[in-house]
Amino acid sequence: MEIKPCVNIRQEWDIVGARQLGREKAKELGFGTVDQARIATAISELARNIYLYAGTGKVYFETIDRLDKKGLKVVAVDEGPGIRDLSQVMQDGYSTSGGLGAGLPGVKRLMDTFEINTEWGEGTEIIAVKWVR
Amino acid sequence: MKKEKLDLEDYRKLLKQYLLTHDETALYQAEQLSKLSVQHNVSPEEIIHVHIEALKELYPNLQKEVSDSLNFLLEAMISYGLALQEYQSLREKQSALESEISVAANMQKTLLQTKKPTIKGLDIGAVSVPANQMNGDYYHFIEGADGTLGIALADVIGKGVPAALAMSMIKYSMDSFPEQLRQPAQILESLNRVVERNVDTSMFITMFYGLYNPVSQTFGFSSAGHEPGFFYFHETESFSEITARGLVLGATSDARYNEEIMTIAEGDAIILLTDGVTECHLGDRFIERDEVLEVIKHYLHLPAQEAVEKVYKHFERLQDFHLRDDFTLIILKKEN
Ligand SMILES: Nc1ncnc2c1ncn2[C@@H]1O[C@H](COP(=O)(O)OP(=O)(O)OP(=O)(O)O)[C@@H](O)[C@H]1O
Ligand SMILES: [Mg+2]
Repeated sequence: MEIKPCVNIRQEWDIVGARQLGREKAKELGFGTVDQARIATAISELARNIYLYAGTGKVYFETIDRLDKKGLKVVAVDEGPGIRDLSQVMQDGYSTSGGLGAGLPGVKRLMDTFEINTEWGEGTEIIAVKWVR
Repeated sequence: MKKEKLDLEDYRKLLKQYLLTHDETALYQAEQLSKLSVQHNVSPEEIIHVHIEALKELYPNLQKEVSDSLNFLLEAMISYGLALQEYQSLREKQSALESEISVAANMQKTLLQTKKPTIKGLDIGAVSVPANQMNGDYYHFIEGADGTLGIALADVIGKGVPAALAMSMIKYSMDSFPEQLRQPAQILESLNRVVERNVDTSMFITMFYGLYNPVSQTFGFSSAGHEPGFFYFHETESFSEITARGLVLGATSDARYNEEIMTIAEGDAIILLTDGVTECHLGDRFIERDEVLEVIKHYLHLPAQEAVEKVYKHFERLQDFHLRDDFTLIILKKEN
């Protein structure tokens, strides 16, 4: 099995590392500058959430190379407290930064697919994919 | 949501035109393009991207620092793009919500409909206007088989949807009361129990109930903490407050209400209102009850319906056509 490129998130500085690794992978896959910036921002949001709410966790990347399309999969996992009220969290305007468009709804917009698995008290896993256009 | 691709070719031409001529026309077109982009949900980072590409085409030997700095700008714009998208989606949500509320408001109107009865010797006028879409005031006329006329007037403190829901409940409880239940105090006592059992204690409902008897020419009434109305005595050309003491609905389970009785003569008038009338704001000042009375006095000689409408229009204008609270006013004029 291929070893997945991975960044452990333990301190704020690690968010930058995750962005950087994600951007490199995106560049390799042939994403344009706009999409690179979007992917990096999505990674930031996910990594920041881990840093802020779970304390520690990791972000790893998978390149998807299919016949019909190529893409980058970003996975953020932690064993933090989990998210209790998901549907509320996924609503626009809910995030604590208050209607700046970022947060998890922002990640959903920045990426093409967005999946979240979370169990209250057990942790959170977020999987998001962006396809090369 | 549809995304329209910003046309690189057009942008490049426009940019070139501007760089060569510093032409205001090009800037005007850029403004149009900017509006169109917002409309089509094109985010700022995409525009910057197109800008960079156009610039590279025009100046193949563009200084590296310049193109790098533009890439930096692009990154810095990402959040603005997200905020734009969030704004669009919130706007859609808002308009969905608004149309939902207007459907509810129409339903409420139908539910709370009351027919203004024609009673010999009594000229009746009534207006009730919500501050927002849904009304937290409510009035209802109930004609009895014995020829008496019941007048219910209630006000939920607070407005909007919760107030409207509470009102619908009051209306349906009243509809379910037996025909013989006509006495104001009894009606308020029954409603008090309904409200006490079904409505959150944080919600206050005040109510006035009056019963006009054309045979004895009397007006009996009880009040559950409701804003006092006024009697107008034709003989002395004077006003007095309609006072009746009683707790707001739902405060305790066994509230008792007093019932007062007045005799009314030809030319007298009964004026009932909610605090949306007496608590009109003028800038940051409440107007006084005396001022309200002045206005009512001014129009009282008119037919009752015309009078209430004139009074309403007066206060609507006074408050710059922006009601702060639901406004209900009923005038009953005794004729011969
Ligand atoms: N990995 C996580 N573990 C536990 N809770 C989380 C996690 N990620 C998000 N949350 C919870 O979900 C909420 C919403 O997160 P989101 O990123 O959308 O907004 P925010 O972090 O509050 O504000 P912003 O990201 O805009 O600064 C957070 O306030 C937090 O309570
Ligand atoms: Mg966040």
